[in-house]
Amino acid sequence: MATRATKTTDTTWLRPTGTPGGIGESAPRPDGTLKVTGEFAYSSDMWHEDMLWGRLLRAPLAHAEIVSLDTTEALALSGVHAVLTYEDLPAPVRHYGLEIQDTPVLARDRVRHHGEPVALVAADHPEIARRAAALIRVEYRELPVVTDESSATAPGAPVLHPDREDPHAPHVPHPNILHRQPVLRGDAEAAAARADVIVRGDYEFGMQDQAFLGPESGLAVPDEDGGVDLYVATQWLHSDLRQIAPVLGLPEERVRMTLAGVGGAFGGREDLSMQIHACLLALRTGRPVKMVYDRFESFFGHVHRHPARLHYEHGATRDGRLTHVRCRIVLDGGAYASTSAAVVGNAASLALGPYAVEDVALEALALYTNNPPCGAMRGFGAVQACFAYEAQMDKVAAELGLDPVEFRRINAMEQGTVMPTGQRVDSPAPVAELLRRVKARPLPPAEPWRSEGADGPDIRLLPGGLSNTTHGEGVVRGVGYAVGIKNVGFSEGFDDYSTARVRLEVLGGEPVATVHTAMAEVGQGGVTVHTQIARTELGVQRVALRPADTAIGSAGSTSASRQTYVTGGAVREACVQVRAEVLARGRRRFGDRHPAWSGPGLGLDGGKVVTAEGEVLAAVADILGEEAVEQEVEWRHRPTRPFDRHSGQGDGHVQYSFAAHRAVVDVDTELGLVRVVELACAQDVGKAMNPQAVVGQIQGGTVQGLGMALMEEILVDPATAQVRNPSFTDYLIPTILDTPELPVDVLELADPHAPYGLRGAGEAPTLSATPAVLAAVRAATGLALTRTPVRPEHLTGSG
Amino acid sequence: MRVNLVVNGRRQEADDVWEGESLLFLLRERLGLPGAKNACEQGECGSCTVRLDGVPVCACLVAAGQAEGREVLTVEGLAARHAGTPGAPTGAEEAARWRARPADSAAPLAPVQQAFLDAGAVQCGFCTPGLLVAADELLEREPSPSDADIREALSGNLCRCTGYEKIMDAVRLAAARQSEAG
Repeated sequence: MATRATKTTDTTWLRPTGTPGGIGESAPRPDGTLKVTGEFAYSSDMWHEDMLWGRLLRAPLAHAEIVSLDTTEALALSGVHAVLTYEDLPAPVRHYGLEIQDTPVLARDRVRHHGEPVALVAADHPEIARRAAALIRVEYRELPVVTDESSATAPGAPVLHPDREDPHAPHVPHPNILHRQPVLRGDAEAAAARADVIVRGDYEFGMQDQAFLGPESGLAVPDEDGGVDLYVATQWLHSDLRQIAPVLGLPEERVRMTLAGVGGAFGGREDLSMQIHACLLALRTGRPVKMVYDRFESFFGHVHRHPARLHYEHGATRDGRLTHVRCRIVLDGGAYASTSAAVVGNAASLALGPYAVEDVALEALALYTNNPPCGAMRGFGAVQACFAYEAQMDKVAAELGLDPVEFRRINAMEQGTVMPTGQRVDSPAPVAELLRRVKARPLPPAEPWRSEGADGPDIRLLPGGLSNTTHGEGVVRGVGYAVGIKNVGFSEGFDDYSTARVRLEVLGGEPVATVHTAMAEVGQGGVTVHTQIARTELGVQRVALRPADTAIGSAGSTSASRQTYVTGGAVREACVQVRAEVLARGRRRFGDRHPAWSGPGLGLDGGKVVTAEGEVLAAVADILGEEAVEQEVEWRHRPTRPFDRHSGQGDGHVQYSFAAHRAVVDVDTELGLVRVVELACAQDVGKAMNPQAVVGQIQGGTVQGLGMALMEEILVDPATAQVRNPSFTDYLIPTILDTPELPVDVLELADPHAPYGLRGAGEAPTLSATPAVLAAVRAATGLALTRTPVRPEHLTGSG
Repeated sequence: MRVNLVVNGRRQEADDVWEGESLLFLLRERLGLPGAKNACEQGECGSCTVRLDGVPVCACLVAAGQAEGREVLTVEGLAARHAGTPGAPTGAEEAARWRARPADSAAPLAPVQQAFLDAGAVQCGFCTPGLLVAADELLEREPSPSDADIREALSGNLCRCTGYEKIMDAVRLAAARQSEAG
């Protein structure tokens, strides 16, 4: 094995070893082989002898009183072991929620959205459970629905939560407004007077679904002492636990959670789904209970991305400088709070985009309505804003007769720029450079469907594809650009920490590191990064990962692009402490044998203690012998501050993340069909911990943004607030045929405040992909296109 | 009812199968083969793709009883099916850039399985079993597919994590290695 010592005099984190599979390499996933052989155990694969199947009955109406509820027939069905309603809840705590505990575990006398949980069944077979649920007789009295800002705040509008006690309640202008955050800086009124052009626009953003492929599912196994073990797919074990235990009436230590395999998340597993329900059924029946949603139920089983209406006003001088921005962002939070307040904070603080503007007046707010609850999805409030401000940037550029990329460059923020919140950006912000890179890339060839010597066009490369709807007639090309800004980590003063335990011991003569965290691996590759950090910091080859569970402290959420930063930071710190202990023991045992033991610059490499010059002082195996070294740390990033309620001022964010896209599209203008030809991205990741994995994150985020531009939308009937397309037949996500080449240009400009200089990467590409595609379609068609997703009828004028 | 079938080359028998059960349920819940996945159970996502007498099908749309007397290949059987073939030397220029699989893995994998790992085509992995079965069938039928061929063949398999780019890389890689191995 080739190892390489590096020249440095520091024993802290800047001292990487040459250990193969360390940071900066495209190390393979530790769970990869199991995932390609079909052996990896996802939450829906859980199985237990003697287990029952759980099933939920959901409300068919969006707003109704429950007049009566009769479970007699359901209970009488052979094979049914339990039917539970609100009356069966075992503890005084009967609500849960991530920020505000306003969500009923089971409805008591009122349902507030289509699909709200009403009753539970446990049975021998999933089909029996389904039939039993259908036998529960519920009489509803339908109530009027509120579905948007005007209906929710109209005089006499039904109030979703009349007895609010949450911290936002005293400050909102209407009880159906969940949270409102203004951001005021400078004097937008005066600045507007200096503007040569003022451009206004109204924009609409549809409701997007995370559409992770692994359905909500898990297995609850009761123990002999009234406690329960829960195996589940989630984004944050400890947040689940904090919400589950009180509803079960159990102390947290009697609810033991282990992460089961997670089939994607994208924000949709931040809120609870079947966790409490499976535990309730298991504790009631004394049998293990498995619950698995089908896709129809999954659309009701998790929150969605907030649909939004956005009004923007941008002013600029003739020379292309923005004078001011005024805007108002209205997010539909649906029936329950979920993370809406934090989404509002993001939308407000990032509403301008990555531009330097001194005079700003804006507000963002979230509504309570009878629509499906909305919460976390990749991009978290920054996505909706980016769609609108990037449309505005193109519009202002056109008004000024400037190239849209040049106009963005003139106004691009950079390191040192002060955000509208007053926060100074103190690490690289290469906005202009990212745009320059995507623009400099050669354009893909025109009319890709024509090839030399072929008889006719390859219809697969045309809009409409295999539907064979055009051979090039009516097809026009467009190119569009966009760039976005996303915060990394939990913001606004949240105590955002992670816990890691690292053990180093000698097994079979070789040092082996074991890493234990509660981090939810949801596909992002955090587990790979943990093995890489341990290899780099401890100079070992073999790294074992303990399953994520609640036997260790919280790792925080796998969201907000934060896990490589925060749990990665915790693993690194634990490794550094383990290394220090190994060196201390080595000094005690062998310190008199070589003067270098008392000097700086010692590291671990290839299972040895080495000097900065690469000289071997001792083998780790000889230092440790039979004794392991183990360290556990809780690690925090820099603290943040809340935003002022009135002005929005405050150092609210930990770190900012930037990506830019260029979209090239071919549009069949007669049928309104779009084929994205190429969607190129440039993103700064600070440090590519695993280059292959980070490119995969960027490509995946890019395609979710593409989906939002052209096809993805949960359709909610405005008259009834009922969901009309809860299936993959009717809710379309991009297939491999809808997806173009995705070239990615990764920058690594270190953030001096972050571990290894890294920058959270998972979300930023989801922001700018959507507006880039929209800009390209506008360029091709000349249409204004103020809503996303764009449907064919928007392009043909037939809808 | 009782269902007899051959799964991954082994004769299997399941009793007390309810007539409404799918082949997917039979495989996952009665035969202990959860490799085929249950992402939509309505034939839209391809995550349950298996081969029924050699033909790729969505196991969720096949009634368990329809599999009576037939042969099923699932992701769990892919490696063994390829075990008789020579390994996957990386001679092609394109292939040479890719990493070898981790040394600690056990049985040899099928070329598409190895290529998915090497290309970084696996994230959450929920779509992976279905894609592997579909891609393996493609390469059996068309050893040197064009990019458009690959996209067409895999268009029934949804992936939400990768954006498909590395899946394209993986299939190209498997094809290159396969043609190199001759």
